[in-house]
Amino acid sequence: MNTRVTRSSRFSNGALAVLALLVVVLLTAPWWAGRAELRLFGEIYLYLSLACLWNLMAGYAGLVSVGQQAYVGFGGYMLFALTIYAGIHPVAAIIAGGLLAAAISIPVATLIFRLNGAYFAIGTWVVAEVFRLSFAQVSALGGGSGSSLPVAIVKSLADSRSARESLSYYLAIGSLILVFAAIYFLLRSNRGIALTAIRDNESAAAELGVNVWRTKLEIYVVTSALTAIIGGLIFLQKLRISPEAAFSVNDWTAFVIFIVVIGGIGTLEGPIIGTIIFFLLRETLADFGTTYLMILGLVAIIVMIKAPKGLWGLISQRYDLEIFPLRYRVQQSATTEQG
Amino acid sequence: MSQLLAVNHLSKSFGAVVVANDLSFSVTEGEAVGILGPNGAGKTSLFNLLTGALRADNGTIEFCGKDITHTPAALRCKNGIARSFQIPKPFVGMTVFENCLVAATQAAGLRGARARQHAIEVLNDTGLIDKANHHAGKLTLLDRKRLEMARALSTRPSLLLLDEIAGGLTEAECQTLISSIKKIQSAGTTIIWIEHVVHALLAVVERLIVLDFGKKIAEGDPQTTMAQDAVKAVYLGVE
Ligand SMILES: Nc1ncnc2c1ncn2[C@@H]1O[C@H](COP(=O)(O)OP(=O)(O)OP(=O)(O)O)[C@@H](O)[C@H]1O
Ligand SMILES: [Mg+2]
Repeated sequence: MNTRVTRSSRFSNGALAVLALLVVVLLTAPWWAGRAELRLFGEIYLYLSLACLWNLMAGYAGLVSVGQQAYVGFGGYMLFALTIYAGIHPVAAIIAGGLLAAAISIPVATLIFRLNGAYFAIGTWVVAEVFRLSFAQVSALGGGSGSSLPVAIVKSLADSRSARESLSYYLAIGSLILVFAAIYFLLRSNRGIALTAIRDNESAAAELGVNVWRTKLEIYVVTSALTAIIGGLIFLQKLRISPEAAFSVNDWTAFVIFIVVIGGIGTLEGPIIGTIIFFLLRETLADFGTTYLMILGLVAIIVMIKAPKGLWGLISQRYDLEIFPLRYRVQQSATTEQG
Repeated sequence: MSQLLAVNHLSKSFGAVVVANDLSFSVTEGEAVGILGPNGAGKTSLFNLLTGALRADNGTIEFCGKDITHTPAALRCKNGIARSFQIPKPFVGMTVFENCLVAATQAAGLRGARARQHAIEVLNDTGLIDKANHHAGKLTLLDRKRLEMARALSTRPSLLLLDEIAGGLTEAECQTLISSIKKIQSAGTTIIWIEHVVHALLAVVERLIVLDFGKKIAEGDPQTTMAQDAVKAVYLGVE
């Protein structure tokens, strides 16, 4: 017998080709999409990025956080602080915000990693509240009422409004591609196998050579940094920040969890499907006000009961499909074949 | 042959339940040692202490001449201690092959094609190769136990801890298991085997340790140990 190990399948090759084409089309959006659509697309990319990051933490590393708004808000505030008071370019400020978030996430992790399960979740939320209350104290950043990004800084991005909108669109899609590619290649690597083992059985993973604590720490630090970068981009779109908006558990965690759970936690495809459904619901039900939130909750409950592994879990189980090839397939062929 | 494992005055209890009571023994490189004892005697707990899943209350564990009493589980496995779980703990979202790949990459430290090759070889040896692409979560109990063995072997262990892997096998399957364990041993791997299927155990091991209430009540060559009154007394009440 001749044994070969493959990872991609005909389906995944085809699906990836279609996806690549879609990305190319979306890259040309500033030429064919209107102002409102561009904004919406940008928002979708940033939400999808947040969902992918939360999924990496909760779905793979077992770190179920309800406090990632801490880093969204931190990244947003760093954009304002570093552009206004350090005078650096907004894009540089966003990247610096990511690095600072990484630095802060290490002591935070040593604190909350002592907690398990529900206590960990509560711990992350408490940390986010501490962040919110701290930033509300900083009067230089507008205190509790927040502040706007000065016009001069906005203009430093590009002179014309349409050029700024294109730039903001490209930053959003660029960071989505970056985040997604980083997660994809991480999960395909040896590190990824360790993470998937942690996802499935943490204690068994430890006894098979996986350094669970260090792996979780690395994931926490990297997701926190990238979440802060996405946060910076979100508030570069909004041009205004306040503690309530920056550290909103609803906007940056509840909706993100909804997306990941209905799409399929612990899969790469899940957050994409979840994001599409979330925005479809939001755009069609926006007029219903709070009823819209109740419908979201209802959808989440129905999906959790009918498809605990999310919609992608349902599809991939039934048809054994994978768009992003992470699986290994062992193929045996008789060596006695002709030729 | 030099000493591979030394357990010195190891103690562990869960409240009033004593699972290791001043336990001392050593294992020589290349040896196959059997562990017997009634249900709840502390056999699995001993493995948990050896792998680092449990921390000892007292006493020390030496492996390859180094004190590993406080070494984390992952590092002990990387250093060569692998175990099978009595109640299988497969990575249910992965295939059989991927389960072995975890061990080959994380514990044996192999990369890329070499890791894949190693996992394939182990699956060939353990007769699981035809199920390589099966989801581990959907295996029968017997196959889950086979996977436990395959995954442990994929770590390239120098000390293999087997926890009740013969239960539920037919006689023919049991003979296959016996010869495969003998093969693993003759390739240089030291084995400690917990087993209630005594005739299978006696076909392989050169020495027996009998536990009861976390205490070593007998140790020595299989025939004389089995004949001891203390051992008979413990087993009379059991099966
Ligand atoms: N984590 C734990 N917490 C509390 N008690 C435990 C724990 N693990 C094991 N025990 C108890 O310790 C005792 C020994 O358990 P152990 O699993 O080591 O027995 P065993 O010799 O392997 O038995 P068996 O033959 O049934 O597998 C049992 O009474 C068990 O209930
Ligand atoms: Mg046991």
